[in-house]
Amino acid sequence: MSNTPNELFYTKSHEWVRIEDDGTFTIGISDHAQELLGDIVYIELPEVGSELDAEQDCAVIESVKAASDLYTPVAGTVIAINEELEDSPETINGDAYGEGWIFKLQPFSLESVKGLMQAEEYSAMVAEDEE
Amino acid sequence: MASRTPLYDQHVAMGAKIVDFFGWEMPIHYGSQLNEHKTVRSDAGMFDVSHMNVLDLRGRQAKIFLQKLVANDVARLKDEGKALYTCMLNEQAGVIDDLIIYFIREGDYRIVLNAATREKDLAWITEQSAGFEVVLESPADLAMIAVQGPNARAKTEQVLGEGVGTKIAKMKPFNACFCDGLFIARTGYTGEEGYEIILSAGEAVALWQQLHQAGVAPIGLGARDTLRLEAAMSLYGAEMDETISPLECGLEWTVAWQPAERDFVGRSALQAQRDAGGRTKLVGLLLEERGVLRDHQKVISECGEGEITSGTFSPSLGQSIALARVPVAMGNRCQVEIRGKRLNARVVKPPFVRNGEACYKEPITQKEGLPR
Repeated sequence: MSNTPNELFYTKSHEWVRIEDDGTFTIGISDHAQELLGDIVYIELPEVGSELDAEQDCAVIESVKAASDLYTPVAGTVIAINEELEDSPETINGDAYGEGWIFKLQPFSLESVKGLMQAEEYSAMVAEDEE
Repeated sequence: MASRTPLYDQHVAMGAKIVDFFGWEMPIHYGSQLNEHKTVRSDAGMFDVSHMNVLDLRGRQAKIFLQKLVANDVARLKDEGKALYTCMLNEQAGVIDDLIIYFIREGDYRIVLNAATREKDLAWITEQSAGFEVVLESPADLAMIAVQGPNARAKTEQVLGEGVGTKIAKMKPFNACFCDGLFIARTGYTGEEGYEIILSAGEAVALWQQLHQAGVAPIGLGARDTLRLEAAMSLYGAEMDETISPLECGLEWTVAWQPAERDFVGRSALQAQRDAGGRTKLVGLLLEERGVLRDHQKVISECGEGEITSGTFSPSLGQSIALARVPVAMGNRCQVEIRGKRLNARVVKPPFVRNGEACYKEPITQKEGLPR
């Protein structure tokens, strides 16, 4: 059973969002998503400073078996990327919600979080997918 | 309705992630594809390959029928138990399937074909056999377990006990024998030593569990693919299909041109292609930059374009590798287009890995490729 922390928000495409105290968003992929991908061996990160629309593809995660796009959960500007992942992409498999964060975003609007799912709703969606 | 092998419950109990594989519910991995790959390269792993298609062909004209059906020559099989790898071609010399034929005894052969092409293969073989005195049988209720890795033979021999173990320990590579109700072949699809065992479905679970107790780890289809790609073994549907001839996918070595009078299906089209001179060749690629090579990516060089047929991240080498169909004149440098970017790759002569060691060679170039 994959882990879905309650304090985070989620998307249909399996990204998670943590709202930091300073109003920035930290983004990664869910534990369920890393399980689906299997061993992650390569990541292509977005560029710091790039302005992204909501649901825009902004990064690529490659596991041994497949390449998968990462979509921005909300519109905003990329303010940081996790460069550690370039050398150790497998960190996402081991710690999807911690050391495996992918990028940080300054959202154009804090309101945009309203379109995202809560943990319970996301877990229900995953359970339905698995049936 | 998906099919399940006799070992399905074992996979679930051992924590497998199950996926659909051409209508079969098969294990893709049991936790980590990378770890499983490394286990086969360093110790011993076992694969459930019961979805493969086993056919027995018997009859007075079995040999002459097979000499017509496939591009390699079964007359080369003189010793009982010897195996032959070959392609079955259509009239245009495209590959209908690749297969292994085991010579059981005069007039008696066992054939192992791919799971994905089962219906098509059966229909083709049945159609081609019209007018020959042969009987084709698909034995029901069989299972097939492949045990592969540097310690695979020793562990399998230990499990099978003194009688069988001693007998198969003497067997040469690419040979098989029936012993104790088991059909055991010293063949595989990983580039490592090992056995492929065909047995009755009812005995599969017991053997699987005994192998597990002897320290053989279960391995999923994910690692099976990365292992075969490191060993540069072709996969039907990737390196070859009905539009590709053996000459275009690195399998000319499996074609028996002699005797010249043996008129196998597809021979004249294949001969014409050979006389015209090949346009493409199958090569290995090593990506020199970060990224992962995948099938259908475009290969670019100054002597034309090609295409990746299979690509992956190589767990043994720690970089991305691929097999690619490229123009014959391509040298030892090229670029691969990945998501709009062109990345540098080296062209090498595969296999990439055999018996746990990197073993690729520089190609014999007919022309210099891109400058570094």
